[in-house]
Amino acid sequence: MSVSIGIDNVVKKYGDLTIIPDLSVHIKNGEFFTLLGPSGCGKTTLLRMIAGFNSIEGGTIKFDDTVINDIPAQKRNIGMVFQSYAIFPHLTVRQNVEYGLKIRKMPKDEMKKKVDEILKVVKIEEYQDRLPERLSGGQQQRVALARAIVIHPQVLLMDEPLSNLDAKLRIEMRSAIRDVQKQVGITTVYVTHDQEEALAISDRIAVMKLGVIQQIGTPQDIYARPYNAFVSTFIGHSNLFYGTVNIDGRKKKVTFRNGYSVEMPNLSDEVKDGEEVVVSVRPEEFSINSEGLDCEISSRTFLGKYTNYFLKFDENMILPDQPGIEYSQDLGHVDRILEAGEKIRLRPNPNKINVFTKDMEKSLIKDVKRYE
Amino acid sequence: MSKKRIKWDFWNIVTMVIIVMFVIFLIYPLLNLFLSGFQETTRVDGVDISTWTLANYTNFFSRKYYTEALLNSFKLTFSVTAIAILIGVPLAYFMSFYKIKGKAVLEILFIISMMSPNFIGAYSWILLLGRSGSVTKFFSGIGIEMPSIYGFGGMLLVFTLKLYPFIYMYVSGALKKIDVALSEAAESLGCGGIKKVFTVIMPLVTPTLVAAALLVFMNCMADFGTPALIGEGYRVMPTLVYSEFVGETGGSANFAACMATIMVTVTAVIFLIQKWYVNTKSFAMSSMRPIQPKKPEGIKSVLIHLYIYILAGLSIIPQCMVIYTSFKKTNMQVFVDGYSLDSYRKIIETAVSSIKNTYVYCFIAILVIIVLGMLIAYLSVRRKSWLTNLIDTIAMFPYIVPGSVLGITLMIAFNKPPVMLAGTAVIMIISLVIRRQAYTLRSSSAILYQISPSMEEAAISLGDSPANAFVKVTAKMMLPGVLSGAILSWITLINELSSSVMLYTANTRTMSVAIYNEVIRASYGTAAALATILTATTVISLLIFFKVSGSKDVTM
Repeated sequence: MSVSIGIDNVVKKYGDLTIIPDLSVHIKNGEFFTLLGPSGCGKTTLLRMIAGFNSIEGGTIKFDDTVINDIPAQKRNIGMVFQSYAIFPHLTVRQNVEYGLKIRKMPKDEMKKKVDEILKVVKIEEYQDRLPERLSGGQQQRVALARAIVIHPQVLLMDEPLSNLDAKLRIEMRSAIRDVQKQVGITTVYVTHDQEEALAISDRIAVMKLGVIQQIGTPQDIYARPYNAFVSTFIGHSNLFYGTVNIDGRKKKVTFRNGYSVEMPNLSDEVKDGEEVVVSVRPEEFSINSEGLDCEISSRTFLGKYTNYFLKFDENMILPDQPGIEYSQDLGHVDRILEAGEKIRLRPNPNKINVFTKDMEKSLIKDVKRYE
Repeated sequence: MSKKRIKWDFWNIVTMVIIVMFVIFLIYPLLNLFLSGFQETTRVDGVDISTWTLANYTNFFSRKYYTEALLNSFKLTFSVTAIAILIGVPLAYFMSFYKIKGKAVLEILFIISMMSPNFIGAYSWILLLGRSGSVTKFFSGIGIEMPSIYGFGGMLLVFTLKLYPFIYMYVSGALKKIDVALSEAAESLGCGGIKKVFTVIMPLVTPTLVAAALLVFMNCMADFGTPALIGEGYRVMPTLVYSEFVGETGGSANFAACMATIMVTVTAVIFLIQKWYVNTKSFAMSSMRPIQPKKPEGIKSVLIHLYIYILAGLSIIPQCMVIYTSFKKTNMQVFVDGYSLDSYRKIIETAVSSIKNTYVYCFIAILVIIVLGMLIAYLSVRRKSWLTNLIDTIAMFPYIVPGSVLGITLMIAFNKPPVMLAGTAVIMIISLVIRRQAYTLRSSSAILYQISPSMEEAAISLGDSPANAFVKVTAKMMLPGVLSGAILSWITLINELSSSVMLYTANTRTMSVAIYNEVIRASYGTAAALATILTATTVISLLIFFKVSGSKDVTM
C-alpha cells in the first residue's frame, strides 16, 4: 500500500514571489523522511504540495509512477497530521478516528475492528468516547495520528506535529510516532524546525534553506559530515575558524591564523596550496593540549554529563557574528572543571572537523555527498 | 457569637438598589400579568372587583378563533425560521468561502436591512405589491393579476427578508472561527466538496446556527407591526393580544393578560430548549488560520454572485422604496406624478414631537441601560454570590418577553395607584430599558471577563475607594466595548414598535408609532418621510458603529 514519492524539479510561486525555485528529492517506500529547516525555508510549503493543499507551479510529484499534480487532496489517499492537530471538535475520539473509514464506506464490523486496533496502538482506548476538548495535548496528538493512519494511506504527512507539546511530552511522543510508523511501515514525510527531533526520529533528513535543499542524508552523515557551513551550524553547534590549506608533497595540512596546523589526509583532491578555507569545529571535537589554539574561558554552563565553556579567541582567528564559540568537556574524562578567566590551548580533532570553501558553500572533505 | 452585620459598602448598596428596581419594574409587573390572567374583573357600583377564575384559559383554548391564532403564529414562525436558515446559511457560506465582488458594500446592505424595523419592510412591500401598489398596478395594466401580498404569504416574505441576515451574520461569524486545518483534515481523509460541508463545516457551526435561529424565532413570534400592517385576515398572537387589550371592541385586560402569559410560556419553552441544546452540544473552537476565501470559477461564480446580488437587492428594496416615495408628490394622501418635499413639510407641522420623543426617550434609555448593564455585569462577574446570580438570571427575563407583552405588562401594573405611570414618558422609557437591558448586560459581562481584576485591586491598594476604583479603572476600560454595543441597542430602540404601540398616548408618540399610525391611516407620504428620517438615523448610527468598533460584527 505504501509508495515511494518522486519529486522532480518542483516549483512553488505565490504571485511573483518564488518560494521553491527548483527542488528534486526521492523518498523511498517505507522511509521516515524529515524536512528540516528554519521557519520560512519552504518545508511546510513542500509538504502541503505533496498533500495537495498547495498548487504546484512546475515540475512533477509522483506516488510510485503516478503523477499526482492534478489529483485533488481528497483523492490522494494521504494521512496528514496537522500542527494544530485539527481534531474535529464536534466528534468524539472514536468518531474522529472513524471519519475517514466512513468516507471509504467500510462495513461496520470491519470498521470497529480497525478502530479498536489503532486506538490500542496509539494507547487512547480509554478516552474513545470523550470529546476532544477534554483531552490533553499529547492525547489529542495520538488521536490525530490514529485518524491519519487508520485509513491505511499511501503516505503519512506530518506538519510539525510536536511543536505544541511541552519538552517531556515531545520526547515521549516522538518515540511513539517512530514506533507506530515502523509498526505500520508507511512512507512518512515529517516537517520540523527542531534539529534534535529530526536527528532522533528520521531515516533520512533533508535540510532546507530558502526553498533549496542544502543536504540530504542520514542523521549521522548530516551531523558528522555537513555539506556546507549552513548545515554544520544549523544542525548542532559549530565553531567557525579561518584557515589556509598547505600542501607539502603528499601531506595536506590546514593552518589556523595563529600558525597552529593539523594534518588532514581526508581533504578532497581539488584543494590547492594556499587556498583560504573555513574550518568548522564542534564543541566536543576540541581537547585540551599543550599545542593548539589559544583562548580564554569567558564563562561556563554546567550541564551534568558535560560542561559547556564559552571561549574568547583572538578576533582575527574566528568568523565574525557567531552566536558563541563553545567547547564542551565530557566529565567522564577530566579531573577538574576549569574556571572563567583561565587561559587554555585547544586541539581540534583532525578526524572529525570539517573544512569548507571560503564562501562556505561546499565541503572540502573527501566523499562528502550533497544528496544521498 | 454576635450576629453577622451587613456591611453597607458601595457594592452592597448597588446590589440593593438594583434588586429594588427589578422587583418594582420587572418582577411585580410580570407577576401581576400572570395573576391577572387568572382573574375576571367586573364593575359593581363603579368599583372594579376581581375574582379568581380559569375562564380566560378555558375560553382561549375552547374557541377556534383564538387557538387558530396561536397555531398561525407557530406556522408562520416555523416557516420563517426554516426559510431564513435555508437562505442565510448558503449566503454565509458563499460570503466566507469565496471572493465576492463588492463584498464590503454587500455586507453593509445586509446589516442595514437587518437593523431596520420589520414594519417598514411590510409597509414598503405594500407600496410595491399591495392593492394599489406600483408593481400590482403595472401588471394589472397589462392584464396580469398579482397574487395578494396580504396574509400569510406577505408576512412570510417580509419576515424572511428581514430576518435571514441574522442567520447570515451569526453563521459567518462562526465560519470565521473554523481553522482551515479542520477542512484540510477532512480532505486528507478523502472527504471533499459537498460531503465535507455536511460532515464537518455544518456541524461546527450548528450551535451558532441554533442560537441565531432562536433569535429569528423570537423576533418573528413577537413582532406586532408586520402582521398588523400586512396580515389582515391572518390572525397571529401579537395582533390578537393588541386588539384584545386596546381594541375598541371592548376587550378585556384579563383576557389579554392570559394570552400574553401563553406567549411568554411559548417563548420561554423555546428558549430553554435552545439553552439546553447549546449547553450539551457546544464545544470550544480556536482558529490559528481562518479559512481564506477562494475565487469562484466559471458558471459557479456567476450563480453565486447572482444569488447574493438578488438577495441584497430584495433586502434593500424596502429602504429604497421608502426614501423614493418620501419625495413623491401627494394629493390628499394619494401619490401623484412628480416630486416634492410636501411630505416633509407635513411632518414638520404634525409629527415633530414624535421625532423629538424618539431621540429623547431612546437617549435616556440608552444611558440607563449602559449604567445598569455595567453595574450588573460587575456584580455577576466579580461579586459572585447567590444574590448576584439571582440578579443575573432575572436580568435575562426580558429576553423571552415579547415586546407587545411587555407593553401590556407595564400597562396593567402601572395604570393604577400607587404607581400611576400610564401615559407618561417614564413608562415609555422604562419599557425601552427593559427591552434592551439583557443584550447590553451580556456584552458587558463578556467584556468584563477579559479585564483582569488586578487592575482595580491595584487602584484600591493605592488608597482608592471601591466606587472610585470601579468608575476610574474598570468602567473606563469597559466603556469602549460597551459603547459600541450600545450603539446597536440604540438602533433597535429607535425602531422599537411592539411595546411602544401598547403604551403611547398622543403626547408620547415615537417615530415608529407615528409611522405605524400614518400607514394605518393610509397616509403613505408622511409615513415615508418619517421612515426616511428613521432609516437615515439608523444608517448614520451604523456608520458610527463601524467607525467606533472597527468591525462589522453586529451579532448581539
